[in-house]
Amino acid sequence: MPLYHNDDQAMLKDSVAPFVAEQAPVSHLRKLRDEADATGFSRDLWAQFTEMGLPGMLVPEAHGGLGMGHMEAGIVLEEIGRNLTPSPFLATSVGAVAALAHAGGTQAGRWLSAIASGEAIVALAIDEGAKHRPERIATTATRAGNGFRLDGKKSFVVHGHVADMSIVSAKTDGGITLFAVPRDAKGLTADPRRLVDSSLASHVTLDGVEVDADAVIGEVDAGEDVLNALLAATRTGAAAEMVGVGQGAMDMTVNYLKERKQFGKLIGEFQGLQHRAAHLYGEMEVARATVMKAQQLLDEGSEGARLMVSVAKAKAGRAANLAVREGVQMHGGIGMTDEYDIGLYMKRDRALAEYMGDVHYHIDQVARMNGY
Amino acid sequence: MSDLEAFRADVRAWLEANCPPEMREPVRDEDDVCWGGRTFVFKNEAQKLWLERCVEKGYTVPDWPKPYGGAGLSPEETKILRQEMKRIGARSPLDSFGIWMLGPALLKFGTEEQKVHYLTQIARGEIRWCQGYSEPGSGSDLVSLQTFGDDKGDHWVVNGSKIWTSYADKADWIFCLVRTDKANKYQGITFMLFDMESPGVTTKPILLISGNSPFCETFFDDVAVPKTQFVGEINRGWDVAKYLLGHEREMISGGGAGGDMVSIGALFAKSLGKNDHGELDDPILRAEMAAFDVDVFAYRAMGERFMDMWKTGRAHPASSNMMKYVGTELNKRRHELVMSGGGSDALEWDSDESKGGARARGWLRTKANSIEGGTSEVMLNVIAKRILDLPGA
Repeated sequence: MPLYHNDDQAMLKDSVAPFVAEQAPVSHLRKLRDEADATGFSRDLWAQFTEMGLPGMLVPEAHGGLGMGHMEAGIVLEEIGRNLTPSPFLATSVGAVAALAHAGGTQAGRWLSAIASGEAIVALAIDEGAKHRPERIATTATRAGNGFRLDGKKSFVVHGHVADMSIVSAKTDGGITLFAVPRDAKGLTADPRRLVDSSLASHVTLDGVEVDADAVIGEVDAGEDVLNALLAATRTGAAAEMVGVGQGAMDMTVNYLKERKQFGKLIGEFQGLQHRAAHLYGEMEVARATVMKAQQLLDEGSEGARLMVSVAKAKAGRAANLAVREGVQMHGGIGMTDEYDIGLYMKRDRALAEYMGDVHYHIDQVARMNGY
Repeated sequence: MSDLEAFRADVRAWLEANCPPEMREPVRDEDDVCWGGRTFVFKNEAQKLWLERCVEKGYTVPDWPKPYGGAGLSPEETKILRQEMKRIGARSPLDSFGIWMLGPALLKFGTEEQKVHYLTQIARGEIRWCQGYSEPGSGSDLVSLQTFGDDKGDHWVVNGSKIWTSYADKADWIFCLVRTDKANKYQGITFMLFDMESPGVTTKPILLISGNSPFCETFFDDVAVPKTQFVGEINRGWDVAKYLLGHEREMISGGGAGGDMVSIGALFAKSLGKNDHGELDDPILRAEMAAFDVDVFAYRAMGERFMDMWKTGRAHPASSNMMKYVGTELNKRRHELVMSGGGSDALEWDSDESKGGARARGWLRTKANSIEGGTSEVMLNVIAKRILDLPGA
């Protein structure tokens, strides 16, 4: 498969890009922020997403979805990134769907169609500390009655306080297991914190939460594969969103270079800025290609996907970070003001960079996967 | 089975039957590269056989039309051939500036007669070409070139000198930018072709910091060039040159865009050793190598996307400048890490153990990557103006 969008994908982009830009531009984020919105996203906007079938893009057709791939989901995520749109799309429609579809079984039957119909928001309760270390799980699931009892603490759970279900990773006797924990489960509390990018992520406490045996996603002790599917999808999606954030910041900055005058010239005439902008362009193009390659390998079910996903998260992380830093610097003083959007890009990039493993985590993963 | 799958099966079978085992070994030094030409001496029988078989099949230039010595493959088929060659580690049967640069120029600007004549020679490895672009006073500002062709009716008399002519001392013919109108800077240059054995042509190798001399100074002293030996139109050679520079950038951007770059950390874990956790036993170097590996794997994806888009007309025409910039900077960084990984062993200049200082000389050679074929700074200028549309100069 060539590494560019085919006609169907180009058509999808042509419909999604103007939709997101019109319905949820950066002013949409500002409005939610300034109103101190307690949900973390607009349910009206999610209903519009649903009308377009977007929440179920990755859901298999048998469960009422569109049965599309990561390349297609990436098109939506890039626009979400470019417009800084607060949305449950990444966690719910990409991460959770990947885990549920991979595992199949009762929970897939219960939640996939609810996601596709826009009714269910799902949170990913994977992290436990300030840094992403999904393999180090302290949360335990012990057999109790007909099911399990969950105890532990999770952090950086995006939409955790409003999710209809949370996917929780826990240690079981013979490995790790993923559980679908419904919002009304007794002993489950979510403490939402406002983050630098105005999003809401929760510290989640599981204090003797009792779930039925069929709350297991996949098989008991065999959660590693399911978790890996969740992580690969969410990381690739986050990388695609970062490409959107970086591209949005870069475009805004390059436009500014063509408007702002100093010393009687447009500042874009200065070679000192031209070279930095051109370097950034190269980094962004490479990041975009890398993310597409990861999406393609994931969609093909290739063995090489795991490596490329970490490469993509790391590369997109570096490129988008450069884009927002150069963006603020090249905007000069106004780049420091809340009135200009470029600072919002910097904030969103920082949160996405940390989400599902930062640059350093994934560089380390690349070393490990190459045997050093 | 689709047509492409059938083609892949055919290619695989053909390679299996025809690529000699010696030609599946990695290229170790310059001797292993087949350049062709009138005076080329094959290193061994396998190298000769591999060239002959590929020539017969059109695989030295697979995507050129059959009448010109190619195999007439589509972009998809060419990609499959390259993938299958890479899969078995097959060496390139023939490397040449004729294939990389003159060929594409002739395909676009040449007459039918020129295509049949010159392209076939190139495809068969019969004539080795060199490129006469830069001059001592015209580097990045190439269009200021002064080598002059005086119009004598049926021929030009060319005087001047070129510099950085790669392997001019080994080349049979030169494609050369020559000023034919002193009054017109951009539309006063002609893209000429002539035999390096013409009276008045001399070459002088230049000793580089690597201790090697792959480049020459080339002098023209009243060289007569028939007025049939030019590409495109007289005085419009700059158009050909600009087109060709795009191809040169595509080539320099790294032989398959980083495709042959393996994980550098994995390479050095063997020589540097690992700690109890199985990590390369030098944490800061490990981190730098891993960060580099990320960039290499990312650039490979970029190379694939660039080629997919380039071959189908989807790429921005100036995007080869970005590829060249990113690829050459990456290659320089790679060789800095090769030197760090090698430690004092890598400093050795002429010992047998160091294969004649291969690492040190290779490291120094890479410093030219971001100078030749347009400096990194020129690439950034082009990106800024042609892709980002930034104002000024």
